[in-house]
Parts: sequence; C-alpha cells; structure tokens
Amino acid sequence: MSRLERILAIAAALFAVLAIALPLGIRGDAVVMSWTGVLSVAWPVLVLLLLALFTLKLPPLVSGLLAVAGGAVVLFELAQFDSAGWGYWALLATAWLVAWLFAERLSARLASGAERRRWLGMLVPTMFGLAVLVAWEAGTRGGNVPNVLLPAPSVIWARIVANLPILAADFQQTFLKAVLAGYAIGNGVGLLVAIAIDRSPFLKRGLLPIGSFVSALPLVGIAPIMVMWFGFDWPSKAAVVVLMTFFPMLVNAVAGLNVTVAMERDLMRSYASSYWQTLFKLRLPAAAPFIFNALKINSTLALIGAIVAEFFGTPVVGMGFRISTAVGRMDIDLVWAEIAVSALAGSVFYGVVALIERAVTFWHPSIRGGTT
Amino acid sequence: MTAVVSAKNLGLTFRTNDGDVVALSDVNLEVQPGEFVSFIGPSGCGKTTFLRVIADLEQPTSGTISVNGMTPEAARKSRSYGYVFQAPALFPWRTIEKNVALPLEIMGHSDAERKARIARTLELVNLTGFERKFPWQLSGGMQQRASIARALAFDADLLLMDEPFGALDEIVRDHLNSELLKLFAATKKTIAFVTHSIPEAVYLSTKIVVMSPRPGRVTDIIDSTLPAERPLEIRETPEFLEIAHRVREGLRAGHSYEQS
Amino acid sequence: MTAIRDSKVFAIFVLVLVLIVVWYVGAVLLNWGVVTDRFSRDGATHSLTDIVLTTLSYTRPVLPAPHQVAVDLWNTTLTLAPSNKRSLLYHAWITLSATLLGFVMGTVLGVVLALFIVLNQAASRSLMPWIIASQTVPILAVAPVIVVLTYNVLTGQNAVAQLLHLDADAAQLISKAVIATYLSFFPVVVGMVKGLRSPETIQLDLMRTYNATTTQTVWLLRWPTAVPFLFASMKVAVAASLVGAIVAELPTGAVSGLGARLLIGSYNGQMVQIWSVLLLSAILAGLLVLAVGIVERLVVARMGARPA
Repeated sequence: MSRLERILAIAAALFAVLAIALPLGIRGDAVVMSWTGVLSVAWPVLVLLLLALFTLKLPPLVSGLLAVAGGAVVLFELAQFDSAGWGYWALLATAWLVAWLFAERLSARLASGAERRRWLGMLVPTMFGLAVLVAWEAGTRGGNVPNVLLPAPSVIWARIVANLPILAADFQQTFLKAVLAGYAIGNGVGLLVAIAIDRSPFLKRGLLPIGSFVSALPLVGIAPIMVMWFGFDWPSKAAVVVLMTFFPMLVNAVAGLNVTVAMERDLMRSYASSYWQTLFKLRLPAAAPFIFNALKINSTLALIGAIVAEFFGTPVVGMGFRISTAVGRMDIDLVWAEIAVSALAGSVFYGVVALIERAVTFWHPSIRGGTT
Repeated sequence: MTAVVSAKNLGLTFRTNDGDVVALSDVNLEVQPGEFVSFIGPSGCGKTTFLRVIADLEQPTSGTISVNGMTPEAARKSRSYGYVFQAPALFPWRTIEKNVALPLEIMGHSDAERKARIARTLELVNLTGFERKFPWQLSGGMQQRASIARALAFDADLLLMDEPFGALDEIVRDHLNSELLKLFAATKKTIAFVTHSIPEAVYLSTKIVVMSPRPGRVTDIIDSTLPAERPLEIRETPEFLEIAHRVREGLRAGHSYEQS
Repeated sequence: MTAIRDSKVFAIFVLVLVLIVVWYVGAVLLNWGVVTDRFSRDGATHSLTDIVLTTLSYTRPVLPAPHQVAVDLWNTTLTLAPSNKRSLLYHAWITLSATLLGFVMGTVLGVVLALFIVLNQAASRSLMPWIIASQTVPILAVAPVIVVLTYNVLTGQNAVAQLLHLDADAAQLISKAVIATYLSFFPVVVGMVKGLRSPETIQLDLMRTYNATTTQTVWLLRWPTAVPFLFASMKVAVAASLVGAIVAELPTGAVSGLGARLLIGSYNGQMVQIWSVLLLSAILAGLLVLAVGIVERLVVARMGARPA
C-alpha cells in the first residue's frame, strides 16, 4: 500500500463524513439532509466511509464494486432535491476518490505483475470514462447548469433517441458519401503519387518538405473554394477531404518506402529482382506501418474536412449543416447529439483502421510489443 | 569484521507472462572487506541479477542478504555503494565533470567539496584535462572510465561493476583492467565484478565465483593464489593458467549438470 | 553545379516554380469558360491573347492567377496601417493572439499531463486511452460550438463570468484559444510521455542507486532527455494551434480574424480575397514553425554543443 493510496482513502473517508453532515440540497423550502426521508443516503454513505477505510485490506476488485456503488448513490440522489448543497458535492468527491483509489490499486497490482489477468487493465480507463460521465451528469443536474451551456449526458442521450432519423440522414450524407469517397480517393492518389515520385530523388527532395509543410497548413480553409467549384452537395465536401488526406499520405508513404536498409535492397538485387518485385515483396510491406499511420491520421482529418466544408454551404442535410443551424437556433441539445454521433463515428472509423493495421502489420515491433 | 555482502539461501524468481523464471537459487556467499570478487558464468546464470540484488535494484524472493550489515534498501539509502553499468550511461547533455558531479548534486555536497572530489576522482581514472568535454567527444574506453569516476566520486566503500568493459575491444580492455587493479590497490575498496571473460576474472580477482544457469546458482568459489602485484604478463604464468583451468572446469561442471 | 542540383533548397525552388506555372495554366483553363462567356455576350470578337490575358486578370475569377493573389495580399497588408480593420495584418494579429495563447496553454497542459502520466501508473492507465480517443473525435468540426459555448459562459449570467469580469474581446479571444489549446495539447502530451519515458533503464537504475528523489530524477534526467521530444511536438502543436484558431473563427459570429475573412470572402464570392487569406495563413504557419525551430536550436546549443 503506497502513501498515495492511504491519502486517497483518508480523503475519501473525510468527504464521506462531510456528505453525511452537510445538507444534501434544497427541495422546495426544505433542506434535505443525508438522513432525511425514506431514501436516506446516510446509510450507503456510512457503508462507503467504512469500506473506504477497509478497502485497503480488501481485494482491489471489491474496491471497484465500491466505486460503482458510489456512482450509483450519486446518480440516485439527484432525484431527491431541486438544487444541490455542499453535502452532495462532498458525496461526489467521495465517489470520485473511491474510484481513483480503485484505479490506483489495480494499476499497482498490474504493474508489479501480481495481477496477471491482462483484461483487467481495460477496467481502469473504463472506470475513468464512467466516472467522468457520472460527474458530468451530477455537475450539470445538481448544479442546475442551463441546457444552453452544457446539457447533461442523459438529456443528450434522450435527444439522440428522439432524433434518430435526422441523425441517420445526416450521417449518411456526411460520412457515407463525402467522407468515405474523399478518404478513398485522397489516400489512393496519395499512395500512387508517392510510389511514382519515389523513383526520382529530385522529386523526393523537393516534394517531401513541401508536402510536410502543406500538411501543417489550415487546409480546411480551402472549403469555400471547393464549395464554389463543385457545388453545394457532397462532391465539394469529398474534394476537401481528398485535399486534406492527400498530403499526410504522400509524406508518410514516401518516408515508408525509404525505410528499407541497404542490406535488404542488396539482397533483392542479388536475386536480380525487378523494380515491381522489389516494390511488392519488400518496400510496400516495409512501408505498411507508415501507410497505416497516415490512414489513421486521415480518418479523423476526413471527418473534420467534411463537416467544416458544410459550414460553407450545403443542402439541408448533413452533420455540419445541422451543427451550424442548431447553434444558430441555440438548440444545444441537438448540437451535442450531433457531436456524440460524430465522436462515435470518428472513434469507430479510427478503431476499424487500427484493427486492420494490427492484422496487416502484426510483425512490427510497435504491434507485437517487442524490440526490433 | 562484518562481511560487506552476506547472502544466505538467496533465491529470486521472476514472474513473466511465459511462466516463472528462476534467476537465483540457494546462493550462499560472503564478501569480506578489501576483496575483489568476480562473478563469472554464461548468460542467464544470475550473475548480474545477484549484483542487482546487492544494489536493491531487484528484490529477492527467498533467503536473506545483508550489505554492510544492513538490508540492501538501507544500504542504498545510505549510499554505501557505487554502481558501474554495462554501458557508461553518461548524460550526453552534461560535460564529464558535470557527470561526475551528478551523484554529488543529488546527495547535496557543497560546491567546493564537489570541485575537490571531481578533480580527485578524474585523476584516479586518468581523465584530468577532459573535464569540459562532452561524453560523445570521448572514446568508449574513456567514457567507461568517466563512469567509474562517477561511481567513485561519493566515496562509497563498495564498488559494484556489471560487465563494465564488456563492450570494449580487447586491447582497450587489457589497459583498463590493469588500471582498475591500480585503482583497487590505491583505494582499498571492495569490488564486486561481473564478467563473462575467464582471463579477466582470473587477472583481476582475489576471489572468483563461478555460476551456472537454469536455475542460476553458484557452482564453485575459487580463492586466487596470485600475488597482489599483477603485471599483464602474469597471464602467461602456469599459476594463472591453473586457476583459469579450474574456472573452466567449474563452468563445464555447471553445464553438464544442466544436461543430465 | 551538381552540388546545387543535389541540394534540397534547389529542388524545393524548382518545384515551387513548377507549381506556380501549373497554377497559371490552371487559372487560364478554369477561367476560360466565364471569360469567353462574357465576351460572347458583348458580341465583339477577341483574339486568343486577349482571352488569355483576361483570364489572368478577371475580377471575379474561378481561380485567381498567382500575381492577382500576391497583389491583393500586398495591398491588404503592406499598404495599410496594421490598425486598419481592412488590413489583413490586423486580422492576422487577432488570429495569431488566439493561436499563441492556445499554444502556450496547450503546451503547459500537455507537459503537466505528461508528467502526471509518467509518474503515476493509475493516471497512465486512466488517461492515455482517452487522450488518444479524444483526437479521433472531429473536435475541429465542432469548434464553432465550443467557441460559442465558451463565449456564453464567459459573458453570461453565471459565477465564472462574474468572477472573471471579461470584456467581449477578451472572452472572444479566450473562447478561440480553448480550441487552439485542445488541438495543441495532444501532440505535446504524446511527445512528452514518450520523451519523459525515453531515459534508458540503466540511467534510471543509476538514479536509483543514488537514492535520488522523484523530483531529482525528473529534473536531472527525465526532463533533459525529453527536451528534443518537446520541441518536435511543439512544432506540430503550433501549426495545429493556428488551424484551431482559424476554424474557431468560422461560423461563430466573429467579424475579425483570418477565419472570419475567409467566411466573408466565401459569402461574397471574393475568390481573390479567400486565396490571399489562405496564402497569409500559410506564411504565418511557416513563420511559427520556424520560430519554434530557432528556439530549439538555441536551447539545444546551450544544452550540449557548447561547453557549460
């Protein structure tokens, strides 16, 4: 048990005492205390308090359950008052600290090798994500934050469920048409150009620095021009995506095609292997990690390009269109619903590319976790 | 006189994803003050692990060990040994004198004290005049000498050396070996020295510990009969060859034990 | 002569020239339609040279010629006082201030998070996956929302606003800098986590044999090792920060700044104006990366190339 763990346990216990002692919140004119009413919070908090102290002796997974229980109490108590008091924030702090304690202990066990079930490592980030969601929900609803500023996760979720057809139509317009088409063309052309200029040292010398420079530019700014050239519908957005994805792919692919060492190239030469044989048997496989790096960077860039391009003109459908009009009407719930969809789409897109990468470049040290 | 290092039934098992690896098993050993003890054996015999246990860089899983009569942790916290690694491990952004000053800064010595100690230790390893050079401006042998100076700077009585000359070519290594012997004679320190070279072990040591792998254990402890004064030519004398032969026998015995 | 031909600068120079030529050809081809269209409407016959020359100087071109953009950029920057609201330098400064504020906040945030992650196992496990996930979220696309929200929080009826007492300009600046921060902290976290973890095991063991404290290990070993990583990520971060500041000025009601000029240009169909804004932001990005590079050289020189 480390010093940090002990401090966390003591702090959690102190906050638990405060949660019991201070008013939980106000309902109407009445002050709600932790022991008020049938749904008294005093007992669960008392149990939390005792367990927080004893948890140091219990297996880490039990302290994990304790953290989940703390989160449940936090959410449950939201219904008991109109606006939260200091006791409620102390309760939130207790639950947060207990969750942290759990993360601390499980990480220590995983690091020392005492805990060998590797999948348990996934629990820590999951718990952190849940803790943020609970704190968000408790903070916005308990603190009566206006919806225009920041809606609670539950409100956003309700909005997503209610507006599924609209969100699906926007997703189809922006992602399935503009993003996928632009992504395929941009990466494809980038890779082909990289292979083409790879044979000329002169072009490589010149295009590589220009390409890296252009990748750093605010290329989304090209969106209004593309909208003027290719019209309001998705092809103009796809064109922006093509431009944004082309340069990262070009730069990475050229770098990747050059990673082979002299010995490997000499080997291919000793076989009298042709240019294309060397390309397909040695250089492209060796370049795969770099190409996938570009594919991953581009998965996010593509979505950004398509959505931003929609700010400059679009038919009445699309994620960017919905976001800009909803902001204008101060319909912030819908904006957040759209953000949630785009976040999910972005993460899944990235995740799929990363999974394909693992399958294709399983031999690379960064994937198999070894050294060269 | 208390032993500098005293290990009783010492064992260490690494837990890895592929199962347990026994790095040390039932090691019993005493190192007396003023001894130069070499640990020799093939890779995986636990010689480096044993040195790291003394330095509190690994924790034993069974048995006991004391360093200067304390636990290794207490010994580390009272800064009672200097450690020389396989590579120089000098910080490339510090000059040679700043590198030697590193432990002194950490241990809170005064500026004047630092200056005096840097000058003294750099002289011991024949690096006077290179104070303001950066490590990468020096040859590999000079870098390793600087790292020895760094280990000597804070006057610990025990010097732990983990294959310090393993990466150097044989000519440089011969030179550094004879310099190390001079340093040993001049400073009266206790040295624990890990190597996989038989001539190096025999040439340097007053005591040679032969180890063998799977599980890592001690198979022979040989007290050297060579005189304290050792010119490089001593390596062609019958006495030297006799000891080298016994070391080789010990290594072979460990090997056949594994085969049976 | 071969030395010049093999140099990187020469290659870049030639390629930029080629790009400009391609641009001219493109301008002639793309503007051909509108120009001939207009000429056919006034009925008179025009020679080929006449048409070509008009495509390169047309006031409402599909693609403006390079010299048109250059002239517009010249007129909107160097001939006007920087305080003039029609000067692009004025707008560039508005964007640059948000960029720099965001870059500094992002770098500090990134370094602090990286230290936390490197020194605490639980933080590493909890935060790292989410930090990586945070970048798969197309936040730049929702930047305008974040800007509007931040602006509302900073100027509305709430505790934060009452505490800070910001005027509209400052609130606008900070809300844009938030996006720039979000985009620039990521490369710094990733680079610094890598950098702070880059000391070799024997160097860390060495510090342990000295019984060095965590602070001593960070200050004497981890930090100096991480410096090259810091600068590499700061170069990426400063460019990302500029992109963030520009996009943050898109449909957010901003009337000044490069992003706002871009949007206004697009509403009015002012192609030349859009291109000169793009060119200026490219120059700005180049200068920012260059500035970080110069600081890097100075620091690296202090750390090792010169006897201390």
